[in-house]
Amino acid sequence: MDISSIDPVILIASLMVSSTSILLAATGELIVEKSGVLNLGVEGMMIIGAICGFIICVEFKSPFLGLIGSALGGALLSMIFAAVTQFLRANQVASGLALTLFGLGLASLLGHSYTGIKPPYLPKPNIPLLSDIPIVGKMLFQHDVVVYFSIVSVVAAWFLFQKTKLGLIVKAVGENQESAHALGYNVIRTRVIAILVGGSFAGLAGGYLSLVRVPQWTEGMTAGAGWIALALVVFSGWKPLRLIIGAYIFGGFTILQLNLQAIGIELSVALLSMTPYIVTIIALVLISSGKGRVGTSTPGSLGKVFMKVR
Amino acid sequence: MIEIVPRTQKSNLISATIPIMAVILTMLFGGILFWSLGKNPFETIRMIFWDPLMNETFADYARPQILVKAAPLILIAIGLSFGFRANIWNIGAEGQFIMGAILSGSLGLYMYPQESSILFPLMIILGIFGGILWASIPGLLRAYFNTNEILVSLMLVYVAEQIMAAASIGFLRNPDGSGFPGSRNLSQYPSAANLEIIAGTGIHWGVATSIIAVLFFYILLHKHKFGFQVSISGISPKAARLSGINPKFLIIWCLGISGGLAGLAGMFELTGPAGQINIDFNVGYGFTAIIVAFLGRLNPIGIFFAGILMALTYVGGELTQFMLNLPAAAIQVFQGMLLFFLLSMDLLVNYKIKLKRS
Repeated sequence: MDISSIDPVILIASLMVSSTSILLAATGELIVEKSGVLNLGVEGMMIIGAICGFIICVEFKSPFLGLIGSALGGALLSMIFAAVTQFLRANQVASGLALTLFGLGLASLLGHSYTGIKPPYLPKPNIPLLSDIPIVGKMLFQHDVVVYFSIVSVVAAWFLFQKTKLGLIVKAVGENQESAHALGYNVIRTRVIAILVGGSFAGLAGGYLSLVRVPQWTEGMTAGAGWIALALVVFSGWKPLRLIIGAYIFGGFTILQLNLQAIGIELSVALLSMTPYIVTIIALVLISSGKGRVGTSTPGSLGKVFMKVR
Repeated sequence: MIEIVPRTQKSNLISATIPIMAVILTMLFGGILFWSLGKNPFETIRMIFWDPLMNETFADYARPQILVKAAPLILIAIGLSFGFRANIWNIGAEGQFIMGAILSGSLGLYMYPQESSILFPLMIILGIFGGILWASIPGLLRAYFNTNEILVSLMLVYVAEQIMAAASIGFLRNPDGSGFPGSRNLSQYPSAANLEIIAGTGIHWGVATSIIAVLFFYILLHKHKFGFQVSISGISPKAARLSGINPKFLIIWCLGISGGLAGLAGMFELTGPAGQINIDFNVGYGFTAIIVAFLGRLNPIGIFFAGILMALTYVGGELTQFMLNLPAAAIQVFQGMLLFFLLSMDLLVNYKIKLKRS
């Protein structure tokens, strides 16, 4: 084994790529949770996004249309969740689980005849000057658009909640649904929109996996990424910018273990493959045991059913 | 205008009929799904729900299979239902199922080929222990560090799957298997085999245990203080705290029970229908059991029937794959739909829908 054969520049570059998917999904879920809704169906929406994007990309031979299709697919699936939890007032935890089970099944059904196909390649934008900077250029400025989009959307989410009235309304609805209602904000409508936004992000995250990261369609290819995105939201303490840190730490572990496997380190493959999940658990424990501080930023009405009182 | 008005009293009649209505709706929409896949919807639905029980050609094989598949679903779902009642969400039963199988299997494989009458009971205990061990991680973390048990229990499924993979190509691999993955076949090792109690019926020790579990946990839920504590904690956590129920105690017990039963189911599956530890050992019983728990209204008796019904869709689903060339995933979609319809209609238990002229 030879650890020095791992190039740190490539490591960081591939870390950004491998984190993009969970970063997107987590950003979407953060917006949903800020509005007071807990959607555990991220995994289901991601995999539907992955297959919808893949089908559209292959059929229309356009990766860009594919990415749009994946976002639409995720949003469509999230509409079921919105209907069931917001209008039919079903339990959010159970409905989220149902969404995941349903999504996984539907995706393998849709993807039945799409295994083993290579999708068209998503071209990378050429960023002049910046991409030519020796080390940094290769590390940061030679990625595809989705990588940059994921970072921009985190910043946009931060801006939304910190600087805009719309963000304030979403936060109010999530923090105290009764007060928000009394102030005249439409709780259900706000939440439905948040769920749809979250669904499109999760779908896009899935599409990124099947179109760029892997790129291929295989059954169950999200492999828990949706759940890791959910964990990431808890890790961030519902603060958008911290999502980037969390996602990159997680992506770092994923890439590192892949690299260690590749150079044939004396650790078992199984042990290395389980590290990302164990790291997630440890991160969750560290965050939750530091109570008080992080605990207070949990949206007050998270997971609660809203009922209009006259 | 449609208006949704809360009921003054929860309707038990509606609560009991909802699963039936959900099944009917699922058949309807499932039929549309099968039709869109180019299959005859009536034939497909009949093949899923009727042929495994009544068709002369298939029933002899299918009837025992229904019990074999229902047993793990019922065992796991009963365990999960206690937690779900108290808003404690163990969704990692799949991992606990695997760990129960690995722990009990390790003992069986270690003892091979010695025959002993206490081996099987010891393996049962180890199976339960393996499940409890795996479930106690989210349990203790939730109780003492307030860590989200949903995420931790789920992450541990992936960890368990890796251990399973490592076991089947490494430390539990059959030394006489000429390098193929997978352990020795425990169902062919008399002291460790989970055999049919009555030949040809499919009733193995796991099936018998699941029936005992239904009765035992029904009594625990309805006649024992613990069942009451679980139910009250779900309805009103505040009332539960004021009446002196220790939430930590409840979390640990609920996860312990669900983990133990999942581990037990894993042990019976390993020593019977599956036979060996292998990469494809787990087939998703731990996740389907979540649907079973809800379909059975989180009640052991209901879960029994829900488990049989879900097993029927499994066996019938296999039949449609085989006879009609329907993709396996279609049944998964079908099961997912069922859960959605069920959750959606729960509205009717607590609310009335009124038509109002505006």
